[in-house]
Amino acid sequence: MALSLLSSGKSKDQIYETTGQAVGVHDVTFTVVEGEIFVVMGLSGSGKSTLVRMINGLIKPSAGEILIDGMDVANCSEEDLRNIRREKVAMVFQHFALFPHKTVAENVAFGLKIRGVKQAERRERAQAALEQVGLGARADSYPDELSGGMQQRVGLARGLASEPEILLMDEPFSALDPLIRSDMQQELLELQRSLRKTIVFITHDLNEALTLGNTIAIMRNGAIVQTGSAEEIVGSPADDYVSAFTRDIDRSLVFKADSIARAPGTIDIGSNDLSSAIARMEQVGADAVHVLDGDRLAGVITYQAANAAFRDGMTLESVVSHDFPTASPQARLFDLYPLAGAGLPIALTDETGRLTGVVRPQDVFRQLAGERE
Amino acid sequence: MWSPADILSLPFADWVNSLVRDWLVPNFRPFFRSMQWPITQVLNGLSAFLNATPMLVFTSALALIAWRTAGRGVALFTLVALSFIDVIGLWPETMTTLAMVVTAVLFCVVIGIPLGIAAARSDIFRAVMRPLLDIMQTIPSFVYLVPIVMLFGVGVVPGIIATIIFALPPIIRLTDLGIRNVRKDLTEAATAFGATPWQMLVEVQFPLALRTVMAGLNQTLMLALSMVVIAALIGAGGLGLTVFTGLGRLDVGNATAGGVGIVLLAIILDRISQAMGEKRTVRGPSLLETIRSLFSLRAARPSEEAERAG
Repeated sequence: MALSLLSSGKSKDQIYETTGQAVGVHDVTFTVVEGEIFVVMGLSGSGKSTLVRMINGLIKPSAGEILIDGMDVANCSEEDLRNIRREKVAMVFQHFALFPHKTVAENVAFGLKIRGVKQAERRERAQAALEQVGLGARADSYPDELSGGMQQRVGLARGLASEPEILLMDEPFSALDPLIRSDMQQELLELQRSLRKTIVFITHDLNEALTLGNTIAIMRNGAIVQTGSAEEIVGSPADDYVSAFTRDIDRSLVFKADSIARAPGTIDIGSNDLSSAIARMEQVGADAVHVLDGDRLAGVITYQAANAAFRDGMTLESVVSHDFPTASPQARLFDLYPLAGAGLPIALTDETGRLTGVVRPQDVFRQLAGERE
Repeated sequence: MWSPADILSLPFADWVNSLVRDWLVPNFRPFFRSMQWPITQVLNGLSAFLNATPMLVFTSALALIAWRTAGRGVALFTLVALSFIDVIGLWPETMTTLAMVVTAVLFCVVIGIPLGIAAARSDIFRAVMRPLLDIMQTIPSFVYLVPIVMLFGVGVVPGIIATIIFALPPIIRLTDLGIRNVRKDLTEAATAFGATPWQMLVEVQFPLALRTVMAGLNQTLMLALSMVVIAALIGAGGLGLTVFTGLGRLDVGNATAGGVGIVLLAIILDRISQAMGEKRTVRGPSLLETIRSLFSLRAARPSEEAERAG
């Protein structure tokens, strides 16, 4: 009933009025890549919690399909669904949902017990999962003896203990204090670096989404408004709703150096002299140019210094400054502030020391101000 | 003044009579008689055990249980109350009553908890169950004493059956309530980890509902005790009979003695069963622990105090 109304273009409110059925999530399609943190961000009532519960079948969608490794969770048998929940998908809850009558270790081992793992092995694996989240010493405590942050670590350990491929996290840090929340975010990133789980992370906090997400989907009224990386969301918001969210975001933490990098205008020290260096700078319209010695980055010369030296008849080598700022292409703009202060273009070098791009100081500030070119 | 009775009179009493006398009793009497068998077995065993146990042994055992569950005060009360019952000469009657009550409660638990679980699981079953429970709780027990006598005969076991009918509703209702009140996020978490309905019940729902179930058990126990006098009407013995015969002979003294016995027994059982429900994990002390704590009672005191001081 509601479905046919939806396809005839009625709004959620109209449908609720005529049928009394609320539309939770409608017409949402997305793909989560193995090993990434996929963040679904939206305000309360946007359908994000409903969406994540559909992934492990806690809520059955009335239409559509949800594929996990080719198995359709939306239309499979109870038995298959149970096996997916036991083997592949674990969940971490907003209010922790720890069993108050079980110890921390028993809570963590719950998934294993359900699966029929023997007592000794269960205990061992629970202990290992607790070590991962730094709670190895509290195995025999009860949940109500722990702080909120610790309880959610237990929740996380319970999710990890059954070694699922997919971890669903429904606003796991929303109930925590801000300081503990950012600690937990860093810890999750730390864990993810070694575990490489596929994580679907729900949040209402855009900063959290930007910190954690490889891919971010923004939801509104049961539909996805925009999907993309942090830089795409902040850099080119799809509509006014998204841009209203991103307005207060600290852009220096979102954008990476390579997002504003230009192709390096270089000269080779062996095959150029001062006059050709000046000509090169005039040609690309740069105040300074980097000097290469073969493959190696040797230094930088400024237009001013080159001109003065040319007038005085000095050689190219004598004006090359070896004191120049460099950064990684993955560095955040936040880290480029102090480097941009020198006024020299910042060289972006990869691990092997090869020059991959150049960031002009004025571009750093232009990006932070949110200007488009 | 005209009333509907002028043109229509229904022989309702005759209908019930013919239903019970002409249909239920001739056709189902053997069936109902056979239902008595398990109750008889349990009652006889329990009764023989309680009556064979020396007063001092039983009293100290119950006082010990009271001490482990409800604390020193209740243990002391148990000791004094049971001694009082013994000195006023009602010990055998009290043991008979206790055997009856425990048997009735045992069957209430065996029947009531599964029914309560079923009611929590299915809204339809609950909707069917509710009016039945309402009837069982509100109908005066004298009303069903007559058909019970017709179907089961006279004696202790029919008395227990009447007690079961009267005391059953609270444990069903509170088991249902306890399971329904388990936090939704916890049952959701259990489902999310792939629990089957049975695993959900055993691992999450029932343990978390246990407090409420124990409160239901306590209520059932109290109702069962309040039935002993009425059950004496159809031939059940014990303290109820003492009260009943006292009533018949206008012997105030004996009636009061029986009543006091019932009250004291009720207080002891109430306190112990309540304390059990309040504990975090309902774990009775094992025999070994009990004996150990009995002997280390004196020895443990100073060290405990030292610990507290240090």
